[in-house]
Amino acid sequence: MIRNLLLGFSVLALADTAEADWALNMPKGVTELSLETYNLHMMVFWWCVAIGVAVFTVMIISLFRHRKSKGAQAATFSHSTTAEVIWTTIPVVILVLMAVPTAETMVRMEDSRNPDMTIVVTAHQWKWHYKYQDSNIEYYSSLARSSVEARRKGTDIDPYSVENYLLDVDNPVVVPSGAKIRLLFTSNDVIHAWWVKDLSIKKDAIPGIVNEAWFKTEQVGTYRGQCAELCGKDHGYMPIVVEVVEPEAYQAWVNSHDAGH
Amino acid sequence: MTRGIKKMTTEVMDAHDMHDDHSPAKGIKRWLFSTSHKDIGTMYLVLSLIMFFVGGAMAMIIRSELAIPGLQFVHPEFFNQMTTMHALIMVFGAVMPAFVGLANWMIPLMIGAPDMALPRMNNWSFWILPVAFGLLASTLFMPGGAPAGGWTMYPPLVLQTGDAFPFLIFSVHLLGLSSIMGAINIIVTVINMRAPDMSLLKMPMFVWTWLITAYLLIAVMPVFAGAVTMLLTDQFFGTSFFLAAGGGDPVMFQHIFWFFGHPEVYIMILPAFGVVSEIIPTFSRKPLFGHDSMVYAASCIAFLSFIVWAHHMFTVGMPLTSQLFFMFATMLIAVPTGVKIFNWVATMWRGSMTFETPMLFSLAFVFLFTIGGFSGLMLAIAPADIQYQDTYFVVAHFHYTLVPGSVFAIMAGTYYWLPKWTGHMYNETLGKVHFWTSTFFVNLTFFPMHFLGLAGMPRRIPDYSTQFADFNTMASVGAIGFGVSQLLFVWVLLTSKKGTKVTAEVWDKPPGLEWTVPSPAPYHTFETPPKLSDADGFH
Repeated sequence: MIRNLLLGFSVLALADTAEADWALNMPKGVTELSLETYNLHMMVFWWCVAIGVAVFTVMIISLFRHRKSKGAQAATFSHSTTAEVIWTTIPVVILVLMAVPTAETMVRMEDSRNPDMTIVVTAHQWKWHYKYQDSNIEYYSSLARSSVEARRKGTDIDPYSVENYLLDVDNPVVVPSGAKIRLLFTSNDVIHAWWVKDLSIKKDAIPGIVNEAWFKTEQVGTYRGQCAELCGKDHGYMPIVVEVVEPEAYQAWVNSHDAGH
Repeated sequence: MTRGIKKMTTEVMDAHDMHDDHSPAKGIKRWLFSTSHKDIGTMYLVLSLIMFFVGGAMAMIIRSELAIPGLQFVHPEFFNQMTTMHALIMVFGAVMPAFVGLANWMIPLMIGAPDMALPRMNNWSFWILPVAFGLLASTLFMPGGAPAGGWTMYPPLVLQTGDAFPFLIFSVHLLGLSSIMGAINIIVTVINMRAPDMSLLKMPMFVWTWLITAYLLIAVMPVFAGAVTMLLTDQFFGTSFFLAAGGGDPVMFQHIFWFFGHPEVYIMILPAFGVVSEIIPTFSRKPLFGHDSMVYAASCIAFLSFIVWAHHMFTVGMPLTSQLFFMFATMLIAVPTGVKIFNWVATMWRGSMTFETPMLFSLAFVFLFTIGGFSGLMLAIAPADIQYQDTYFVVAHFHYTLVPGSVFAIMAGTYYWLPKWTGHMYNETLGKVHFWTSTFFVNLTFFPMHFLGLAGMPRRIPDYSTQFADFNTMASVGAIGFGVSQLLFVWVLLTSKKGTKVTAEVWDKPPGLEWTVPSPAPYHTFETPPKLSDADGFH
């Protein structure tokens, strides 16, 4: 059991260097806030490891040394005010050390002022609708055809043969790099949640309520996510794909979209 | 008074019972009309074990479907029914009744009371449960199937439930009714029926944690009943408490639900703390370290549980100040919880330990519950929580606190007190095998889920992207192994009467009044209140 745990922890610790396919740790993501979130996650993780090592070491030493089969005689002490004050105070100090940087990050996360552009995301059972507020571009985004066929029960299509199985859509969100993108979330039916881990955004889309979140990244690429709030039978089948492209490519995409309609 | 005299008194009472109509009724009437805390305790425990297997079978369906990518066995609708029912049955059918069963059996024996204070209500609060679960289980056969909106019942999704919807609500009402009556019974018993010289701070930890738990139950169960009633009126009577189209607020349900839901998780863990606090001193042959601070810590945890609920809701779009408040309050819980862990370790320190099955389960509880506590602390950090929310990281976290947490404590308590109930020692070798297989497989099941969540797998999905395949296969193998291991538990229980006869003490000088009555505990105990002595662990 103990070995299991130690193994698990060391594996998690190594995850940083092991760039394997089977990710073990939270990704650092591609925005400033996703990196801050990752750092907070690792900070608490290492505190937990340190506390765990301290507590479990004492416990394991006790388990081996203070056993009856080794002739250990039981002591009779049953309290120590000093010890209790110490192990109440130290955790409080550690918690304060954790709380300060966390609160700072939270303040930055909530600061969605002065966006360069805004996209309204409306959730439906079971697809997303995107409307670019500054232009007339709007469209639905649903699970890609290739996955739709492979996901059926009893199908003979091997999920491994489908590229980005369950994580691909027909119409991705396209945004320019380097711009502050504000997202407004709402829902047409039940509660959904828009989650793209590399952008460090997970926000509920709730009927009757408009939520907001923002991101800004310099890194061009394709970032995938999924609905994260149970929303009915096809909850597992409404992925999200965000394509971050150079501003010129974005403009070209906008133009082609305009021409197409 | 010495213990010898007390034992004599008890035996005299037994002899007295032989020619009285106080002996148990025969056949089904004994159980149907029972007002004996021991029989009702047994019924609660048996029901809990049955529900553990029903909920477990649902978990097997879930893990079989998730073993490899692609949809092999069930449709997504049915998958959602399984996750929803698995949670409802395990929370309300397996864990809570098991602790009530232990409370029924042990609290009167631990405080020197002849029975629970309200024996007829005790009967009623048990017999409501089979009816409630009958209602709930019947929904599996209804048009539209069983509830599939998650055990959290968030509107508007839950309002899409088919014919099952009112049955879900009424079964929740009944479960709440049963819990409230059980809680009242425990409070009245503990406050009024303790042995005369047992002051509150002399009460054993199991009694203390249950007293606190009972107050939590009374505080939050009516809130939960209110929330689901509002769902009911939204569905059938034209109200719009939670419907945006009528001016309602879907998020309000989540606030009310988690105001119940967070204390609820402590309802499921505080009695576990109590059980472990009984067992570790016995097998360390040393008094519980810091008994009073354990009481204060449990009370602190109970108080904090009322002011942290919105940490389940960091993604719903709360104002920054609310988020900060709920984050700080949540982090504070680590302090009293830490005190508990440190006190258990200090109890073991310089003890004289042996490792019988109850002790093994308790030690695993301390290790693995602490792991669940660590992931809990990580979840308190709001920006990180936003990433963990609704992923397998959360699934790993609460299963660590509930399975090697609550369920292991229930098993530890069962092994610990079983000889007192039956008068015979269970098969220690098989008990240890049960422990080691359970511990290995529980970790194989739930540890990889941390990685899955961090890598981006949402919870409550019937199928997943191929990158998540390896850890899911591992978890499924672990789950099947854990399920099979529990058959061994049933075998140990069924054959326990074949073991050697045990003394009244059973273990090596265990503290507590329950060990002063003969084994098996006679049908009537403590008809005259006992006196506390140092030998029973009361100083």
